[in-house]
Amino acid sequence: MSMNNQGRPTGIGSADSAVPDTITGNRGLQIEEPLIFEQDSAGRCGVDLPEVPAMRMRLGTVKPRAAVGLPGLAEPQVVRHYTRLSQKNYAIDSGLYPLGSCTMKHNPRLNEKMARLPGFSDVHPLQPESTVQGALELMDTLAHWLKTLTGMAAVTLAPAAGAHGEMCGIMAIRSAHEARGDTGRTKILVPESAHGTNPATAAACGYTVESIPATPDGRVDLEALKAKLGPDVAGLMLTNPNTCGLFEREILEIAEAVHGAGGYFYCDGANFNAIVGRVRPADLGIDVMHINLHKTFSTPHGGGGPGSGPVVFAESLAPYLPVPFVVKEKGDFRLVEEAGEGPAFGRMKAFHGQMGMFVRALAYMMSHGADGLWQVASDAVLNANYVMARLQDVMTPSFDGPCMHECLFDDRFLKGTGVTTLDIAKALIDEGFHPMTMYFPLVVHGALLIEPTETESKASLDQFVTALRALAERAKSGDVEYFQGAPRLTPRRRLDETGAARKPILRWTPPAEQAQAAE
Amino acid sequence: MRYLPLTEADRRSMLSAIQASPIKAATVDDLFRDVPKAARRPGPIEGLTNHMGELEVERALGSMAARNLPAGSCPSFLGAGAYRHHVPATVDHLVQRGEFLTAYTPYQPEVSQGTLQVLFEFQTQVALLTGMDVANASMYDGATSCAEAVMMANRVTRRKKAVLSGGLHPHYRDVTTTDARFIGFEADARPTDPMGSEDLAALVDEQTSCVVVQNPSVFGHVRDYTALAQACQARGALLIVVVTEAMSLGLLTPPGAMGADIVAAEGQSLGNTLNFGGPYVGLFAVKEKYVRQMPGRLCGQTVDADGRRGFVLTLSTREQHIRREKATSNICTNSGLCALAFSIHLSLLGEEGFTGLARLNHAKAGQLADRLAGVKGVEIVNDSFFNEFTVRLPKPAAGVVEELAQRRILGGVPVSRLYPGEMEDLLLVAATETNTDSDMDAFAKALSEVLS
Repeated sequence: MSMNNQGRPTGIGSADSAVPDTITGNRGLQIEEPLIFEQDSAGRCGVDLPEVPAMRMRLGTVKPRAAVGLPGLAEPQVVRHYTRLSQKNYAIDSGLYPLGSCTMKHNPRLNEKMARLPGFSDVHPLQPESTVQGALELMDTLAHWLKTLTGMAAVTLAPAAGAHGEMCGIMAIRSAHEARGDTGRTKILVPESAHGTNPATAAACGYTVESIPATPDGRVDLEALKAKLGPDVAGLMLTNPNTCGLFEREILEIAEAVHGAGGYFYCDGANFNAIVGRVRPADLGIDVMHINLHKTFSTPHGGGGPGSGPVVFAESLAPYLPVPFVVKEKGDFRLVEEAGEGPAFGRMKAFHGQMGMFVRALAYMMSHGADGLWQVASDAVLNANYVMARLQDVMTPSFDGPCMHECLFDDRFLKGTGVTTLDIAKALIDEGFHPMTMYFPLVVHGALLIEPTETESKASLDQFVTALRALAERAKSGDVEYFQGAPRLTPRRRLDETGAARKPILRWTPPAEQAQAAE
Repeated sequence: MRYLPLTEADRRSMLSAIQASPIKAATVDDLFRDVPKAARRPGPIEGLTNHMGELEVERALGSMAARNLPAGSCPSFLGAGAYRHHVPATVDHLVQRGEFLTAYTPYQPEVSQGTLQVLFEFQTQVALLTGMDVANASMYDGATSCAEAVMMANRVTRRKKAVLSGGLHPHYRDVTTTDARFIGFEADARPTDPMGSEDLAALVDEQTSCVVVQNPSVFGHVRDYTALAQACQARGALLIVVVTEAMSLGLLTPPGAMGADIVAAEGQSLGNTLNFGGPYVGLFAVKEKYVRQMPGRLCGQTVDADGRRGFVLTLSTREQHIRREKATSNICTNSGLCALAFSIHLSLLGEEGFTGLARLNHAKAGQLADRLAGVKGVEIVNDSFFNEFTVRLPKPAAGVVEELAQRRILGGVPVSRLYPGEMEDLLLVAATETNTDSDMDAFAKALSEVLS
């Protein structure tokens, strides 16, 4: 080991590199953190409340409840608990997060600051309209941006997330068919490569789902689609660019075929980031499309939400929107809240949509502007193609490029190595990256779907590519044990998911009850 | 552009690597060659502004924000499913930690133990509050939770008729009836029940999948649903209890103790601001035996390769990404960060804080009711309530509320806002810990002036 002039060791010799067992189980910055319920002290409290005045209870026949069972902690303990937990998460703020189909781009903090202006965050949804003109103006402005970027005739901001937007779109399609008295349409066509939400949505709305196969070049098989189209088909749900990261070259022919058969063309807009500001969905023959503000328009994913899934509609479906929506009358904005006021099909959510997300998305759109959004799509596609170009000789791209905003590989390059897609993903974690999307789409074997987004620098992509190339070589050299043991440097190593599902433990229970249950 | 790290030199060098690869594209335009020619725009889309600096964006959005009246800037008594409570500073600080804010759904558990442990704790807190066995990792909001609860009851009972109480928030009712129409089940929405006097037990028959009640009701009435739960059970139907004010769970006998099978609730009151209606956080809790019919994500405890406790998303064979068209729901993204805010707020409150705060809310509402009862022409409709109640006015409530707003008082929600054309003389009024004595005095005084 090397020493400095004071005799202090300055480097870590190989003998020191093993992670030592510590007394606490903590490992430097990785600190073990018990459940909040395991830190309880009765009577301790993290807030100071005023004395509750003497009162007459007015609960009618309902009795005040006995104990709730919540733990008592002081504020510093709570702060430390959540800070420590946060440190066990990977996040976009920490590094490359190339989850295909998820568009994990940088989340600007200006968005957060704007959403927290009291004029937006501290406004009640049922205040008189005269006191919320600015909030309604913001919704109207966001609607204008979404309509202009997509070229579509109408938009609803109501849906809470992408899947909720899908539901909204399918309900609109159904309403349009019903309005024409066309009730014989019982099927929705969905390509094999679709997100799971598409068939789930169509089925939830009472449609039979029919799958459309892909061609060898990863696109919808137009002939197979035409063969399935008929008077029993309500519409097609298609993601474009599709989940293989490819643009559907025959999209105009697809739209024409669907329309020719009397159906509607629903586009899953999860991958809108590839084309935002460069291509308008209206020019592709699309009738209805949802947009994930939490993907394309940079609102944070927050560990699983909240999202926001506005839906844009072509003229053909524009009359079939849910309530509420904003209208402008004599210079004032007004909310239409009841379906009875127009042909709206109903309501999807309490109140007016995910306002907090609207503010963030609009802050992002205004920051980039039309010129910046053009560059967003350009750089997103450039980054994905660069990654594909740099990896194509050591991994196996599933389809020829160019790709759009994400590139798809399958596990042929791992054939005979004993290493799986999952193993590669877990080894990437040790290298300091979040893994790509694994095993999706289902149309290729052992899928690895990489979406870098436009907010990654070339240096970041180069480092990722270098790591992935080395891992691919390592896999081919037969070092199976290395991969199966990964990850080794995380707060937890591989977790027993089978055991978790077999005997689900879905909540903490007090130790006394735990002991009882074990008996 | 501040969000884009690539330089022109980077772009050129990347394109030359792409040109040298089998992709063969010399320009970015060429990377878009699969897009039909007619759909390729020659340049940025017209009709929108170009990029702006932070300062300009702040000015533009700031001027929109300034045209709204923040509830905290004046005496405010609005509820009807969204409540203004004080959120401790710690909550927003922790929620904004990038590791929580900018993480995705925890699909890679080894690098998501933070989010996963939060969800496990959240599920436990929701189960404790509602008095149920198990809760999921959240839904979009209370209204969609309610609709999903009905669909779950339909699956469990293999029946297709839901009875919706006339005390159910009309937005919750409308979301459920919209789903009913498209998904294909019957939703029997009962007549509006401003007095809290309906009796639903007689409506439960062998075709009924569930009865949905709200406690406190949208009009504020508090009821014991134990007998209704028994009536449902006797006929093989489920009782769904909706809660739109989660704070009430700190004082009232919880739905689980009344015999509810499913609880669908709005969690906005804890940790989350009003946000003009969203994002909020739907709570969803059930009896243990129905776990595998639940919608949404579930976090479960397990062990890692070294035998240490850890957490994963589990029972995902219910979910769309595995089960596709056979999934229990199409929900994917939920309300993760709002659930985190809920959980942090509740951790700060603890047993003493949560129950104390609930009592304080009840006390404030009692004080407000007494004050308003003293205003000439005002009649308190409720004999029971938690922190919100209905008053009858001698003239249409919408106009009164508008006049109060001109005096910078947000004096409740006119019932006609929720039920257009109906009960125009009724007003919903809520009080929370944020309302001071002088707020209440100002409200009573202004109301008396407007009514005189």
